[in-house]
Amino acid sequence: MGKHLLTTIFLLLITGVSASAQTEMADTLRSNGKIYVVVVVLATIFAGIFAYLIMLDRKIGKLEKENK
Amino acid sequence: MRSWGWKIICIILCMYVVVAGLLMPVPRLDILNETIRNLYFHVPMWFTMIALYGCAFFYSIKYLRTSDLRDDIYAVQFTNTGIAFNILGYVTGMEWAKFTWGAAWVPDAKLLGAAMSMLIYFAYSILRSGLKDEEKKAKIGAVYNVFAFAMMIPLIFVIPRMVDSLHPGNGGNPAFKQYDLDKYMRFVFYPAVIGWAMFGIWIATLKVRLELVRYRRENAFQFELEKTK
Repeated sequence: MGKHLLTTIFLLLITGVSASAQTEMADTLRSNGKIYVVVVVLATIFAGIFAYLIMLDRKIGKLEKENK
Repeated sequence: MRSWGWKIICIILCMYVVVAGLLMPVPRLDILNETIRNLYFHVPMWFTMIALYGCAFFYSIKYLRTSDLRDDIYAVQFTNTGIAFNILGYVTGMEWAKFTWGAAWVPDAKLLGAAMSMLIYFAYSILRSGLKDEEKKAKIGAVYNVFAFAMMIPLIFVIPRMVDSLHPGNGGNPAFKQYDLDKYMRFVFYPAVIGWAMFGIWIATLKVRLELVRYRRENAFQFELEKTK
């Protein structure tokens, strides 16, 4: 039991040291797969903005036709 | 103006940038960390602004040559959209600076230059709204717009390179290599610049077209006259 505990502590230390040696990035967010949630939300927002722009574009197109 | 091809390209590029900008690998840099991805969103705002102000500059000169009020409509709407992207670029820069340089406002030559050019373009709108006569408004506006563009270039691009600046690529060699963009970042950064610039121009053309419709309505008698001639 004590042996296992020692190895786990040792492993934790190693991972801790190697993690701090690297520059901190959003690795956990990525490993949990949750970054994709952000991507989906942003993609939805931009899809909405572009749909809105296309609608405006077509409306103005109609206005232009009426005023010819 | 009514063709959809470039607008579809614009949508594809912007959507690609939103997705790839968050998912593509970026270099691990101290202090910057994950915020390096702001390069795909903050910097293109400025490129878009330059493109829009450039178009406004072009149409201002065109107006001075032709005295056609329709050219003035182009100049005004491109400038207005440019101001919107100017503010967006500024606010995003402040947000980024708060978490990397430590404060939203730092005494940096580029920030000062950008603020000054922003105020110059604000003054353009105020100057125009202060004049009643359409012709006079257009003429003075066009002359002022040429001046504003000529001021914006040295304020944002020349002076920050002559003194030290926190912005990469300034305070020395202005080469693009200074951005230390790595291979993967280029794949996103260049589409980002093109995509966002097209996005800005699209919005500006919508505003231009709306104003042109209004102009046609108000001057309908003139067009009728031209037809009868």
